[in-house]
Amino acid sequence: MKSLEELRAIREKMQNQVSMRAEDHTHTRVVVGMATCGIASGARPVLNALSTLVQEKGLTNKVAVTQTGCIGLCQYEPIVEVMEPGKPKVTYIKMNAEKAAEVVERHLIGGHIVEAYTLNSADIK
Amino acid sequence: MYRSHVLVCGGTGCTSSGSQKIMEALKEEIAKAGLDQEVSVVQTGCHGLCALGPIMIIYPDATFYSMVKVEDIPEIVQEHLLKGRVVTRLLYQETVTPAGVKALIDTDFYKKQHRIALRNCGIINPEVIEEYIGTGGYQALGKVLTEMTPDEVIQCLLDSGLRGRGGGGFPTGLKWKLAKGNAADQKYVCCNADEGDPGAFMDRSILEGDPHAVLEAMAIAGYAIGANQGYIYVRAEYPIAVQRLKIAIQQAHEQELLGKDIFGTGFDFDIDLRLGAGAFVCGEETALMTSIEGNRGEPRPRPPFPAQKGLFGKPTILNNVETYANIPQIILNGPEWFASMGTEKSKGTKVFALGGKIHNTGLVEIPMGTTLREVIEEIGGGIPNGKKFKAAQTGGPSGGCIPAEHFDIPIDYDNLISIGSMMGSGGLIVMDEDDCMVDIAKFFLEFTVEESCGKCTACRIGTKRMVEILEKITKGKATMEDLDKLEELCYYVKDNSACALGQTAPNPVLSTLRYFRDEYEAHIKEKRCPAGVCKALLSYHIDPDKCKGCTLCARNCPAGAIMGSVKNPHVIDTDKCLKCGVCMEKCKFGAIYKQ
Repeated sequence: MKSLEELRAIREKMQNQVSMRAEDHTHTRVVVGMATCGIASGARPVLNALSTLVQEKGLTNKVAVTQTGCIGLCQYEPIVEVMEPGKPKVTYIKMNAEKAAEVVERHLIGGHIVEAYTLNSADIK
Repeated sequence: MYRSHVLVCGGTGCTSSGSQKIMEALKEEIAKAGLDQEVSVVQTGCHGLCALGPIMIIYPDATFYSMVKVEDIPEIVQEHLLKGRVVTRLLYQETVTPAGVKALIDTDFYKKQHRIALRNCGIINPEVIEEYIGTGGYQALGKVLTEMTPDEVIQCLLDSGLRGRGGGGFPTGLKWKLAKGNAADQKYVCCNADEGDPGAFMDRSILEGDPHAVLEAMAIAGYAIGANQGYIYVRAEYPIAVQRLKIAIQQAHEQELLGKDIFGTGFDFDIDLRLGAGAFVCGEETALMTSIEGNRGEPRPRPPFPAQKGLFGKPTILNNVETYANIPQIILNGPEWFASMGTEKSKGTKVFALGGKIHNTGLVEIPMGTTLREVIEEIGGGIPNGKKFKAAQTGGPSGGCIPAEHFDIPIDYDNLISIGSMMGSGGLIVMDEDDCMVDIAKFFLEFTVEESCGKCTACRIGTKRMVEILEKITKGKATMEDLDKLEELCYYVKDNSACALGQTAPNPVLSTLRYFRDEYEAHIKEKRCPAGVCKALLSYHIDPDKCKGCTLCARNCPAGAIMGSVKNPHVIDTDKCLKCGVCMEKCKFGAIYKQ
């Protein structure tokens, strides 16, 4: 280690990974449906995209990306739910990796729900 | 980047219950499921709940699985890691509530804990220096070298109120100040990792779970007192700790966090390991240094104190592992932060190894001033089988017991001394109504007899005579004069031994005599062991009304001491009986009793 800057650089690089292991009630939870229906319609690339982006953008201290089972809306998979403490749950449907990137950028970082992808916007009969 | 981290405990407790095999199976199964680019398996140090090992925590959801077996691995990978369905049957029961899974930090075991020395244990991989740096590691060393003078570092420790965690409770800042004040061409920084108290494993867990914290603190100490060489004296019986220390030292060298010109400040510091061969006396500071020098580990009189003439005759500081583990945090968060925890004269937290008759055997870190009741009933989960609390033993063979009447005493250095026990290094053994206090005192005295180095007559012969008297008492052959002689011997050994081993050896006897004299007297006057432990004073009998004559006891008796025919009440021949208790265990009708 030649300098404090180098130490800081290693720290920043590792921090996003290690801080995933913190337990905190104030975390926003991003949950990807990973039941058979979800996996079949492509939930794994979505999950991996979300997880990677959250770490790259340094959000692991406030956002946890994890999976869940089938929530019963199989025709709308892959489904991603965003649960922020104290706010109503937002459900995104028919996701893919590109849409996931948009959600990270606009919703998780920007704080604006991407209405176009939500369940509310879909025409459910 | 991984989306999930699976932490598997690689501490000694979980390793002995098979965590290495679990880790292998896990990696294999994850690769088989094609998840090896998504899920990382991390070996960590101790989480504290050793009774429930092997332990596994899956992040980001922090799912806590306990008592995991190799056979459970495919299910965990398929269900949890692939589909995100928690394997409910493996969850730590405390986290399961009707409303769903509770966070680990909300369970009784963790709720009242405050982890400073153990903050990284169970969180980071101790064999990867970058993980330590990722949680703020080596930042304190950087701060000290670039922003603080040695005097400011020492003042910071003095203000924090940190006292030695090895048992003595000497203010750490003062120790450093004394060593700094003695000018010399060479000084040394030593770390006492010769943890020898029966039942204590705090230092072991810190070294296994967060070795870099100790290295960083030793480098800080080197800067503060003006030393460029450190030694860690660690027991050879701690192979995992030794291995991880070696890896840590090597990695710190590769990153130039040890060695020459650290951070380009011109400060040099290096650390070497010295392995102890398991002599208890080598935990005593002068004996430890004598042993590092390559001589037989025997204490020498003080003064001169190590701060004046220590290792190789040079000014030396010696601190315990847990003491060091606190220091980087004090530097980073400030002395006020540390001093805001604890009691008036004991600041910060203390790690205890809970053992004996308690549900949650394991490692806990609590703020000073937490009551014994909170530790045992809330964090420890109470005493199993509905038994009654009798006493807690702290301080190992140098300490004493805390009886039920002091159950609500806030734990700190001075309170424990005032009731005849001591903080010690942090072993806390819980005893219930089935434990005989005379027998406990005998156990610890037998340990000191074995471990006395033999230099002082009082300790070498005195402890031996004490054990002989205790043996007489447990066999029911002692008189009240023997008890007086025992007490007199206690004070004699205390006053006439050179080091703490002899000076504190009588403590287990004195403290049990103070609180449980009636038990000693029952052994002597009534030839009776109230707890039913001392074999010589017991006899086994069969209640003829309850015995169904099933012959099970007679068939299992190793001495052939039980007579009787089928369907008729049996009888124990007390002359032949070995008092092993097998018959009592085997009897299905509760017909056998001891008195």
